[in-house]
Amino acid sequence: VDIKSLTYYLYWLYCQYELITCSYLMEPWEKVLFYTAHVATVVPLTYAAYLFIPAHISGAFHFFLHLLGNQPESTVSIMK
Amino acid sequence: IHHIVQNGGLYKKPFNEAFEETPMLVAVLTYVGYGVLTLFGYLRDFLRQWKIEKCQNATEREEQKDFVPLYQDFENFYNRNLYMRIRDSWNRPICSVPGAKVDMMERVSHDYNWTFTYTGRVIKDVINMGSYNYLGFAQNTGACQEAAAKVLSQYGVGVCSTRQEMGNLDKHEELEKLVARFLGVESAMAYGMGFATNSMNIPALVGKGCLILSDELNHASLVLGARLSGATIRVFKHNNMQSLEKLLKDAIVHGQPRTRRPWKKILILVEGIYSMEGSIVRLPEVIALKKKYKSYLYLDEAHSIGALGPSGRGVVEYFGLNPEDVDVMMGTFTKSFGAAGGYIGGKKELIDYLRIHSHSAVYATSLSPPVVQQIITSMKCIMGEDGTTLGKARVQQLAENTRYFRRRLKEMGFIIYGNEDSPVVPLMLYMPAKIGAFGREMLKRNIGVVVVGFPATPIIESRARFCLSAAHTKEILDTALKEINEVGDLLQLKYSRHRLVPLLDRPFDETTYEETED
Repeated sequence: VDIKSLTYYLYWLYCQYELITCSYLMEPWEKVLFYTAHVATVVPLTYAAYLFIPAHISGAFHFFLHLLGNQPESTVSIMK
Repeated sequence: IHHIVQNGGLYKKPFNEAFEETPMLVAVLTYVGYGVLTLFGYLRDFLRQWKIEKCQNATEREEQKDFVPLYQDFENFYNRNLYMRIRDSWNRPICSVPGAKVDMMERVSHDYNWTFTYTGRVIKDVINMGSYNYLGFAQNTGACQEAAAKVLSQYGVGVCSTRQEMGNLDKHEELEKLVARFLGVESAMAYGMGFATNSMNIPALVGKGCLILSDELNHASLVLGARLSGATIRVFKHNNMQSLEKLLKDAIVHGQPRTRRPWKKILILVEGIYSMEGSIVRLPEVIALKKKYKSYLYLDEAHSIGALGPSGRGVVEYFGLNPEDVDVMMGTFTKSFGAAGGYIGGKKELIDYLRIHSHSAVYATSLSPPVVQQIITSMKCIMGEDGTTLGKARVQQLAENTRYFRRRLKEMGFIIYGNEDSPVVPLMLYMPAKIGAFGREMLKRNIGVVVVGFPATPIIESRARFCLSAAHTKEILDTALKEINEVGDLLQLKYSRHRLVPLLDRPFDETTYEETED
């Protein structure tokens, strides 16, 4: 892992972000406002995702397992 | 006898024009960028209104605040909040002759482009990719400059009169005979300003009761002239012959709107090269349509005269057509001849009529003598009448430069609009921040480019426009291409997916160009 090229790559990614969201054109106080709004949206979202998504996925997984898992038992009982 | 001219036989060489579609992701991100800037624009307007921030743009006076608002439309909003942020890419002052390389004055802004101050330094030898210097006649040395200096010492600069009063010099007569010979028409007339040629002569040719069919992307001078004339204007899609034919058919069949009388005249307004798209008009098809429906053609060759055709005679020679088929050939001397002014060429009766009835001839000052001499010398050079082959070499150099530059840019992966042979090369940028970034980064690398955004182009299709010149050598082009490649990688401008939609050379269904049998 080449630290210099990695830092250059991260800087280049930051430049692309600046160009796409037009924060390249903003004055410093506007940039502060924009980045604060971004951070204030993204950080709670990732935290909520980290807390709730595993629980939701395992719940969905158990639901579908229960749905599919019961079927072979019922057909076997009718055949008997 | 009726002879059929099939559309396959109209074009003597392939017509390669391509406009690659905007990639969906790029379009979405462009709208995101404009959305963010609009939100911040509203925020800044709010702060300015409540006096939290100093207001530096024009506003109404206190007493006029209850009147109809002057600065609330979208154009002014765009001007205050978006254009101001990237304004340093335009109106850059230059301080040398705009040849292949130019000197620029450096300026900085300490309050985010509201005011500029000069640092006093001059940036030398900036590669000039923005001047309309197609044949490289913008020089301060050489045969043209010497001839113009001689005429300057003989006639002076001021003419101090209009053409019809005391301003008709023998130089003007010489120029007009030369222009008529150059174009292959019977007679020509020269005016002092290219924009005024269009806007003042179209009202003299058409009036109320006439119909004007103008292309979607025509220049402001043609639009202004058409509106001033008072004729009915109908617009057809850019370079689309099916749209034009449909409008012609409707006009002939239905006549004028309420009275159903036939139109007095139908005039088709097209340009030779459209400078924002880099596309060339489909002239063989337009002429075939004009002959079939018996209308008139006004061809504005502002960018194509001198730049197209094997000997530089413009788009008519490029397609191998007869100049007598075009009723009014208009052009400017600003681009390829390195001077100023415009001309109109056509039949002798037409030009004699224009000499009397054109507003430009009656009220506008005529061309200045050194400028006339520059046009005469450069035109003789292009025609080869000064005894050298410099003119032919320049025309060929421009054609080579065009093909080389366009091919290399397409290979690099940029989206380039327009025809393969047009010296105007638009490179698509799309996102608003990249407009400012491209202009600034290229200037840092000592290349001056022209970037264009709204309102000259549709709002998401902003572009950088390169104008090639015969004065550019291959080394200069290679340097420029290297820098464009770097900036393209830095700003992620290589959008092309190499899926060129080939333009259909044959129209779809009913368009036939055969002449009717009588």
